Amino acid sequence: MNRYPLWKYLLILFTLVLAGIYTLPNFYGVTPAIQISTNRQSLAINEETEKRVAEALQKANIAHDGMFIAGGSLKVRVTDATKISARDAIDNALGEGYIVAQNQIANSPEWLSKINANPLFLGLDLRGGVHFTMQVDMKAALDKTLDRYAGDVRRELRKMKIRTGNVRKTENSLTIPFQDAADLQKAFPELQKHMEGVQLTANGNDLTLTLPENLLLQIRNDAVKQNINTLHNRVNELGTAEPVIQQAGADRIVVQLPGMTDTAKAKDIIGRTATLEVRMVDMDSSLLAQAQAGNVPDGFELLYTSGDHPYPMLVSKQVELTGDNINSAQAGFEHQTNRPSVNLSLDSSGSSIFADLTTANKGKVMAMVLIDQGKAEVVTAPRINEPITGGRVQITGMGSAAEANDVALLLRAGSLAAPMTIVEERTIGPSLGAENISKGVNSTLWGFAAVAVFMILYYRLIGLFSTIALVANILFLIAILSFLQATMTLPGIAALALTLGMAIDSNVLINERIRDELREGKKPQVAIKEGYDHAWDTILDSNLTSLIAGVALLIFGSGPVRGFAIVHVIGIATSIYSSVVVSRALVNLWYGRQRKLKHISIGVSYPAVIDRDADWATETKD
Amino acid sequence: MELFRFKRDIPFMSYGKLTTFISLVTFVLAVVFLFTRGLNFSVEFTGGTLMEVEYAQTSADLNQVRHSVETLNIGEVQVQALGTNKHIMIRLPNKSDESSAQLSNKVMEVLKKDASDVSLRQVEFIGPSVGEELVSNGLIALGMVVVGIIVYLSMRFEWRFAVSAIIANMHDIVIILGCFAFFQWEFSLTVLAGVLAVLGYSVNESVVVFDRIRENFRKGSMRNKTVNEVIDNAITSTMGRTVITHGSTEAMVLSMLIFGGAALNGFALALTIGIVFGIYSSVLVASPLLIMFGMDRSNVGKVAQEKEEVVV
Repeated sequence: MNRYPLWKYLLILFTLVLAGIYTLPNFYGVTPAIQISTNRQSLAINEETEKRVAEALQKANIAHDGMFIAGGSLKVRVTDATKISARDAIDNALGEGYIVAQNQIANSPEWLSKINANPLFLGLDLRGGVHFTMQVDMKAALDKTLDRYAGDVRRELRKMKIRTGNVRKTENSLTIPFQDAADLQKAFPELQKHMEGVQLTANGNDLTLTLPENLLLQIRNDAVKQNINTLHNRVNELGTAEPVIQQAGADRIVVQLPGMTDTAKAKDIIGRTATLEVRMVDMDSSLLAQAQAGNVPDGFELLYTSGDHPYPMLVSKQVELTGDNINSAQAGFEHQTNRPSVNLSLDSSGSSIFADLTTANKGKVMAMVLIDQGKAEVVTAPRINEPITGGRVQITGMGSAAEANDVALLLRAGSLAAPMTIVEERTIGPSLGAENISKGVNSTLWGFAAVAVFMILYYRLIGLFSTIALVANILFLIAILSFLQATMTLPGIAALALTLGMAIDSNVLINERIRDELREGKKPQVAIKEGYDHAWDTILDSNLTSLIAGVALLIFGSGPVRGFAIVHVIGIATSIYSSVVVSRALVNLWYGRQRKLKHISIGVSYPAVIDRDADWATETKD
Repeated sequence: MELFRFKRDIPFMSYGKLTTFISLVTFVLAVVFLFTRGLNFSVEFTGGTLMEVEYAQTSADLNQVRHSVETLNIGEVQVQALGTNKHIMIRLPNKSDESSAQLSNKVMEVLKKDASDVSLRQVEFIGPSVGEELVSNGLIALGMVVVGIIVYLSMRFEWRFAVSAIIANMHDIVIILGCFAFFQWEFSLTVLAGVLAVLGYSVNESVVVFDRIRENFRKGSMRNKTVNEVIDNAITSTMGRTVITHGSTEAMVLSMLIFGGAALNGFALALTIGIVFGIYSSVLVASPLLIMFGMDRSNVGKVAQEKEEVVV
C-alpha cells in the first residue's frame, strides 16, 4: 500500500540531485574582476591584450588570480582591495578603444557554467546600481517622420520643377498647397508612385498626406526599438557589466546598470538625446545681422558653432539628412592638413540624398547640426566644393582629436529616434544591496528554524520528514530560479520566506489527516494512505487559488510586485511536489516495508488496532 | 503532543450574530479611516524624490535636518528616521525645472554643511505619470484575482462558496488598508504585493474549511446533523491545522518583521495583519455568510453513499 516502485524513488532522487546541482553555483560566491572589452572592430581581445594587461599589472605591482577570455572580453580576477588600482593601471596601459570596467565573476567551477548552472540573477536592490525608466516622446517621433516625408515631397517636386507654398504640419498629416489645380494633377500620380504606405488625398489646390494607423503603429514600435538599440550602444560605452535594457509598456524603456553608482555619469551618457542633422546655411551677411538683432527670417534659425569661440550662423530649419542614415563614424585625421576629422559612411538612401544635395548646392555652405539635450549646435559648416557621390563624407573643423573622438562616438552610438525623458530613477548603494541580502536571508533562516523545530517537536519523525520536504522545496525553488535566471529581488526573498511558511500548510494538512484517521481507529498503514489521499483535494484547491492570485500579480504587477510574484508562483508549484511526493516517498521508504506496523511516530499514540489480517501488505502495488 | 483535541464541536455558528457584528464594525471603521485619513502613499505612487542618507558617527537631529532642507525652498519635505537616527529618509516633491539628481545634490550639500560624515545610501525618483499607472495596474490585478477565484471556486464548489470566500477576503483586505490608513504607515509597492498575497492566502484558508464542510455534507454520519452543526464540526476538526499553518506562516512573517529591516517592514506588517484577520474571517465571516446565503445539503451535489472503507 505505502510503497513506491523503484522508478519513482529514482525519479525523485534524480530531481533532487538535479536541483542540488543547479543550486550549487549560489554557494561559490563571486570574486571581483576587471573586465576588458573593446568597442572598436579594429581592436580585438586576444593573447596580445592578455600580455599587455599582465605587464601593466606587474608594473603597478598588483597581484591577480589569473585571467581568461570569454565572450569577447578579457576578465581578470582581482581582490576587493586592488580592484580600483588594477582598473586604473589597465586603463592607462591599454589606452583608447578599450573599455575597462569593474565586474564580478562567479567562482563556480567551469563544468557548472557549461550546463547553464549559474548563480541566481540578483536584482538591483540586492547588488546595487542605477535604474532608469524612460519615456519615449512619441509626438517627436511622429514629427520627425513627417519632416522626412516633407523633405521627400519637396525633392520630388523640385525634380518636376513644380513650385508649392509652405507645407503645413498637423498631428499626423501634411498639407501641401499647390499654385493651381493643374500642378496638383501633374504632381499627384508622381508622388503616389514614390510615397508608399501613406494616404494621399487632393482637396482643392491642396494635397494632404496622411499617415495611416498601421504606419503610425510601426513608427511608434520602431522608435522604441531604435532607442533601445542606441541605448545599448551607449551603455556599452559605459562598460557596465550585464546591463538590462528592455521595453516596458508601449512607450517606456527600462535601463538597469548593476554595480554602477555614479548616477550623474550614467545619466550624462544615457540621457543624451543627440541627433545629427544636415541643413543648409544662408550666407547672406545682412540677413544674419538682422537675425542677430532678433528678426530671424521664416524657416531659419540662428545657431552657434560649438567650441571655445562660437560664432552665429543662419541655418535653414529644413532637415536634409539625419543621423539615421549614418552607417559608421570614425575619428581620424585629414590627409593634407593633418587636422582632426570625423569620417562618416552613409547608407544607400543617405548617399543618394547627399549626392543630390551636394550637386544642387555646389559652392554653398551646409551645416552639420548636433542636437544634444535640446540644444542645437553647429559642429562644422563646410563649403561644398564638389558633389559628393560615394557616400563617404569627411567632416573637419573639430578643435582637437579628443573632440573629434567625442563626435564620432556620439554618431556611432547612433541617434535616438525620439527624445526621451527620465520618469523614474533609482540608485541603490552597493552596501545597501549587501545588507538587503543578509537581512532577507537571515529572516528566512530564523523563520525556517522556528517552523522546523515546531514541526519536529509536534509531529516527531513525520515532522522531520515534513521538514526535509521543506528543505527540498527550497532546493527546487532556488534551482528553478537559478536555471531560469529570473531576477531575484528583495520582495522575491520575501516571497521565498512566505512561500516556505505557506508550504508547510500542505504537510500540516496531511499530518493532521493521518492523525484523524488514527483517531478513528484505522491501522497505521491505512491511516498514512488515507491521510495523503484525503488531504490531496484540499491541497490542490488551496494551492490553485493561491496560484490564481500569483499569476494575476505576475501579469499585471510591475517592479517589486512582479519580483514577488515570480518567486511566489514557482514556489507554489514546487511546494505541491515536495510536500506531496517527496514527503510521501520518505514516509513510504521508512514505514512502507513494515508489514506489521503498530505505531507511527507522529506525536500521538492511539491503541493500535489488532492486526487481524496483514495480507494487504503483500498484495499492494502503488 | 496534541494541542487541539476537542471532545465536542465548538458551536462557532451560534456566535454568528456576534461575529458578524464585530466584522461589520471593524469593516466600517476601516472604511472610515480610509476615507478620512487616506493612505500614506509612497513616492512610487505619488511621484517625487526619495533619498536615504546615512550618518557614520553622529546621530542626526531630525529637526535640524528638516530645517536645513527647508531652507532650499523645495516645497513640502518629509524627513523621518529609519529605525535609528543614523539612517534618515527624506522625501521631496517633484519639481519640473530640476532633475532629481540636481535636487538630491543640493540637499546633500546642505546636509554636509551640518555634518560632514553624511553619505547618500539611495535615491529614488519617480515621475508623476508612473504612479497613476501603478494604481490602475494594481486595481486591475486585484480585479483579476477576485474574478479568477470566484470562477475557480464556483466550478469546484458552488457560487455560495465563491461569493462568501471573496467577501471574507475583501473584508481582510479592507481592514489591512484601514490599519495602514489609521497609523499612516507608508503604502509602497511592496506593501501592495503583500496585500495581494494576503488575498491568495486568505482564500486558501477559506477553501480548507469549505472543503471540510463539503466533505461533511456528503458523509453519512452527518446526515442527521443541522447545517450549523455540520459547519461547526468542519471548523473544529480543521482547527488544529488552521492554527498550526497560520502559526508557521506567522513565524516566517514575524521573522521578516524583526530581521528584515526597513525594506521588508511594510510587507511584513501587511501580512501580519492579513494572517490574523485571515484566520478570523475564514472561520467566522465566510461560514456565517454561507448560511446567510441559504447553504444546505443540496448545494454540494449528490450525497455520496457512505464511503466503504478501503481497508481490504
